[in-house]
Amino acid sequence: MKHWIGTALRQYGIFLGLIGVVIVLSACEPRFLAVENLTNILRQTSVIGIMAVGMTFVILTAGIDLSVGSILALTGVVCASLEHRGWPVVAVVAATLALGALIGTLNGIVTTVGRVTPFVVTLGTMSIARGLSHIYTGGQPISRFGAAFRYLGTGEFLGVPVPILIFALTVLLAAAVLRHTVLGRYLYAIGGNEEAALLSGISVTVYKTLAYTICGLTAALGAVVLTSRLDAGESIAGIGYELDVIAAVVIGGTSLLGGRGGVWGTLIGALLIGTINNGMNLLMISSYYQLVVKGVIIVVAVLLDRLRGD
Amino acid sequence: MPSDVLLRMEQISKAFPGVQALQAVDFELCPGEVHALVGENGAGKSTLIKVLAGVYRPDAGTIWLRGRQLRPRAPRDMMDAGVRVIYQELNLVPGLSVAENLFLGRPPRRRGLCGVVDWPAMLRQSAAILQQFGLPLSPQTKVGQLGVAQQQIIEIAKAVSCNAKVVVMDEPTAALTERETEQLFGIIRELQTLGVSIIYISHRLEEIQRIADRVTVLRDGRHIITAPRRALSSEQIIRHMVGRSVDEYYPKETLPKGQTLLEVAGLSLRDVCHNVSFQLASGEILGVAGLVGSGRTEIAELLFGRRKADSGTIRIAGQPVRIRSPRHAIQYGLGLIPEDRKRDGLVLTMSVWDNATLAILGRHATWGVVRRRPLARLVRQATGEVRLKASSPAQQVKYLSGGNQQKVVLAKWLLHDCQVYIFDEPTRGVDVGAKSEIYRLMEDLARRGAGIIMISSDLPEILNMSDRVLVVRAGQIAGELQRSAATQEAILQLAVGSAGGAS
Repeated sequence: MKHWIGTALRQYGIFLGLIGVVIVLSACEPRFLAVENLTNILRQTSVIGIMAVGMTFVILTAGIDLSVGSILALTGVVCASLEHRGWPVVAVVAATLALGALIGTLNGIVTTVGRVTPFVVTLGTMSIARGLSHIYTGGQPISRFGAAFRYLGTGEFLGVPVPILIFALTVLLAAAVLRHTVLGRYLYAIGGNEEAALLSGISVTVYKTLAYTICGLTAALGAVVLTSRLDAGESIAGIGYELDVIAAVVIGGTSLLGGRGGVWGTLIGALLIGTINNGMNLLMISSYYQLVVKGVIIVVAVLLDRLRGD
Repeated sequence: MPSDVLLRMEQISKAFPGVQALQAVDFELCPGEVHALVGENGAGKSTLIKVLAGVYRPDAGTIWLRGRQLRPRAPRDMMDAGVRVIYQELNLVPGLSVAENLFLGRPPRRRGLCGVVDWPAMLRQSAAILQQFGLPLSPQTKVGQLGVAQQQIIEIAKAVSCNAKVVVMDEPTAALTERETEQLFGIIRELQTLGVSIIYISHRLEEIQRIADRVTVLRDGRHIITAPRRALSSEQIIRHMVGRSVDEYYPKETLPKGQTLLEVAGLSLRDVCHNVSFQLASGEILGVAGLVGSGRTEIAELLFGRRKADSGTIRIAGQPVRIRSPRHAIQYGLGLIPEDRKRDGLVLTMSVWDNATLAILGRHATWGVVRRRPLARLVRQATGEVRLKASSPAQQVKYLSGGNQQKVVLAKWLLHDCQVYIFDEPTRGVDVGAKSEIYRLMEDLARRGAGIIMISSDLPEILNMSDRVLVVRAGQIAGELQRSAATQEAILQLAVGSAGGAS
């Protein structure tokens, strides 16, 4: 019985926090609850949120990926230049996603086969990918795309902005993969006890690498949405995103030790960050303070999770 | 006696999700007494000890030490009060020296210079402690270089040098050789004369008969009986533990030998094992005996692909195979029930269901999506067969007792329907009831035509369950004994080498 309450608190604690923040903000600022503003929050959250979904896979295996911001920049500028060359949108998107998956896979292979801690591997990739995107563009943004490509970041489908749809589909798909597929169950097992997973015949190398592949893939998906929305691919895009992305996952209750958590928590974590940023913007609080508040929330969320976990 | 009680725990209750771990348990301890605490896994011993150690806060009940009521809020409080627990997983820092470990958290300091460690004093005092405990060691030796037995003695020495009045030993002899066990008993007797009281937890009843003054039996979280050791025979203790008499302790029957399942020839790995050769037939239980550290577990790891051999061949059903990873081994029909199930056998954060299906999930999936329904039926079957006691397949394995956790590992391999089962210390830390159930399962598996390799330090188990016994010494097969020729003496002689003698 107690166990259920504990689980419920752990599952919904952050959710209750989000609701609390929404109530406070709507009391302080009437404009906050306007449909337009709420849509805005979701749209702004979608890029970080999409990336955080992939990051959840990596963190579930007790890994980390610091390179997502740079992968976003590199795949973003490549995406932009392919669009400029007149590739059809489908091909542009497919190539961009493939590049992200490839970089992620390389991260994974060096981590698993090379046995280097993911922190170091992805720290290296973070710098390499950023450097490559500067080299590729010479530091110049690549902008002005066709209407078809811009639809992905600015269009609407049945009244819902496309980035929000992409975000929602990503979350749903990831939740299903984690719950119902061999890959998902194996990732939890590897994160929970890698040695036991290995001795149960799970190919730890392959599945762990796949987690990084997925993380690279979602970073590239984030790049497509962002590039389209900004109407520009820039080599300076996504600087510092890795911190927001990791924060969303951790606030959402996924343990950095691996094996515990999930993508629904990540969704809430991303929304919480997005909501607070938005609210403070509306209340005209300086972005300097926003940083401080965000940091406090990360620490408090993890502390609460720890207290409930015991 | 009540006037002379050192420690009294009264009406201690503690519940966990889904389990009443302790229900109004009483326990008392006299000065200088060795009080054995016995019970099946899940009987509540560990919980009672963790309450005593201040790790768990009891839901109800009181703890009195020398007439003063204690309300521990953290393990530190109980340590300060003079209660020390020596857990199976020792609390030493392997990278630090013996002296630093002995004085961990309270190193002698130089007078006048706060925060500066007084090394000469620390080494001097450590040397004195080591001498008191008969350890011929330099205080500067790194603890990581010592064997388990010596580490254990270091931990006991640390406890006593901190003025412990109550020392709890949790399965202290689990990893010790007979000789080391003798040494430990010597130390226990010495502690008694110093007035230190000892709570001794063990599944080995013959040890309890030798060392304990009194015995307390717990079952299903309740206090069953406390009596002087002389008043209880081992049979009576077992009856109290399981609540029924255990008549079929070893259900071994000799089966006709089937065809050869596994042939190992000349298996070698530098510094680990040399020229290991043996065969295993269908329906056979092959016991593997040997001292701790003789290379038994390593041979199992080689077979299972966890390590790679330098040379040698393995044939399965007559076909030469190369086993490069555990995954290969499993594909060839091998299953390993590891020695340390929490470390190597289970994902503690996951459910019974998830753990049991871990080895076969890939086979029960379409396009990577798990087909839950047919699997659920198989899981029910397997958990029923091992007689798992869990509230539901969704229960997390970390909340199960040791015996039930072992059954989950077993269920995992039953589901895979292995040809060869490698049991490494199958009943270590497992209670009497679960023990006979595991033996019965082995027997069932053999009858169905599987081959079983049973690595064990428990000689009665080896003698009673094996059709044949391999004795390993220093990474080599020192000898092979048929069931009829296998005696305790014969095995020990092979295990220690003829020149060494058996003591």
